[in-house]
Amino acid sequence: MASIRLSVPSKAASGDVIELKALIQYPMESGYRRGSRGEAIARDIITKFECTYDGEVIFKASFGPGVAANPFLSFHTVATKTGTITFKWTHQHGEVWSDSAEIIVT
Amino acid sequence: MIRIALAALIIISACGRQSAGPDPIPEINAEDVVSGYSFLTAETQALQDDDFANPGFLWVDRGERLFESTQGVSQSCSSCHSDGLVGAAATFPKIDPASGALINLEGRINMCRKDHQQADQLPYTSDELLSLTSYTAHQSRGMPINVDTIGQAAKHLSAGEDYFFTRRGQFNLSCAQCHNQSWGQKLRGDTISQGHGNGFPAYRFEWQSMGSLHQRLRDCDTGIRAEPLPYGDQTYVDVELYLAARAAGLKLESPAVRR
Amino acid sequence: MIGKPDKHPDFSRRGVLGLGAGLVSVALLPLPAFAAEDDMRAAQVKLFGDRPINVGRVNLKVPPIAENGYSVPVSINVDSPMTSGDYVKRIAIFSPRNPVSHIADFELGPRSGKAEVSTRVRLGGSQILNVIAEMSDGSLWSGTAEITVTLAACIIM
Repeated sequence: MASIRLSVPSKAASGDVIELKALIQYPMESGYRRGSRGEAIARDIITKFECTYDGEVIFKASFGPGVAANPFLSFHTVATKTGTITFKWTHQHGEVWSDSAEIIVT
Repeated sequence: MIRIALAALIIISACGRQSAGPDPIPEINAEDVVSGYSFLTAETQALQDDDFANPGFLWVDRGERLFESTQGVSQSCSSCHSDGLVGAAATFPKIDPASGALINLEGRINMCRKDHQQADQLPYTSDELLSLTSYTAHQSRGMPINVDTIGQAAKHLSAGEDYFFTRRGQFNLSCAQCHNQSWGQKLRGDTISQGHGNGFPAYRFEWQSMGSLHQRLRDCDTGIRAEPLPYGDQTYVDVELYLAARAAGLKLESPAVRR
Repeated sequence: MIGKPDKHPDFSRRGVLGLGAGLVSVALLPLPAFAAEDDMRAAQVKLFGDRPINVGRVNLKVPPIAENGYSVPVSINVDSPMTSGDYVKRIAIFSPRNPVSHIADFELGPRSGKAEVSTRVRLGGSQILNVIAEMSDGSLWSGTAEITVTLAACIIM
């Protein structure tokens, strides 16, 4: 199971621009390396990221092999209402990891 | 580039004084002892200092979950260590009173698994063991390294010191030639550090992962084209003790970020 | 002995050493060759079509020297009011030197509030990183940043 870290402010005022940060444990094997016996190591990466706020997509990302291992992302959104912010990563072969955090908007 | 690196190493090698001779490589002056942190760029230092973005915390977090977990063990780590293990990592490696052996944190965790958790030994390079050592080491973050080097530990200290000052490998270099004699100088794009272990387990860019001090020692030995010792080898545990004694007073930084 | 010409210049000490170093270098290279500027242009056209690209409005913050190419912090800020009528739709990072030029792209919207994104990337050597932003009116803007990637002291194979 991948280790995930999220940074979402627990509280915000309506209309505030807030920073969201996410980190996921994944080697992002580029497909361009060789093992100690010279064998090619196959590409094994997360290719998609999506963030939803109360069900609506607010940010998407698409990754190539040039994204560093243990992908880090920071982006922003406008705090609109109290709800759930969900972060979802999708592997090149379709496996999905997700985690979410609650925000209280006053 | 490789030729330049080789030439640089050969120059270091040629200038090196024999450790056993009348003019040995000196220890680093106590007032000059600094962490590997000081040799990093500002951006890398900032990553280590960022308690969210420092990727080492992915392992610390996982270690915390494993510490609380009862899966695969007769009881969780936290059922005994309910207050955590604050300060413990800063005192390792240490002598196990029952067996008289010098053990490091990895060894101590596996000993607990055998004696108190009826669980399998975790392989040295497993992500589980690395996560548990990362979590435990993090609880000593900011505390000075403080190992016991007297009594039964003395012979291990001396064996570790011996390894540190012995030339080895195709390049015929000792640890001391780079890290006592040449620290602060450039080797290709890097500044040579003093070779302290106070950041480990550490996240290394080169590994794109967290890794143990033994992994670092294996890389150093491979770098000088010497045969690396196996993970968990007693000599490496002895070197770990010597490095800790040599770094006495430096603060534990795990999860540090290193090149 | 003086001045005796070497009858086998290909096997001189220097030549043999050079050959050895060359072989080591080849072994260290990634499998395919590096992407050229052409590949970067192709990746940009694939994502944004063959539209004109204006210079400006895209600011990159990267370290001038990266001590390792495996993890280089990149922060991007695009000059935009981020209102429902005028916002940044997409930001993409391209490398003129990596085996795959397209590193990552990000889709934003008026709910973003601020066109600012940070991530960490791999760079296969010193290069000028290229970022393109697509605005809600369809216009494309670009910014660049030069990064020197240094080489590690010890080579572990």
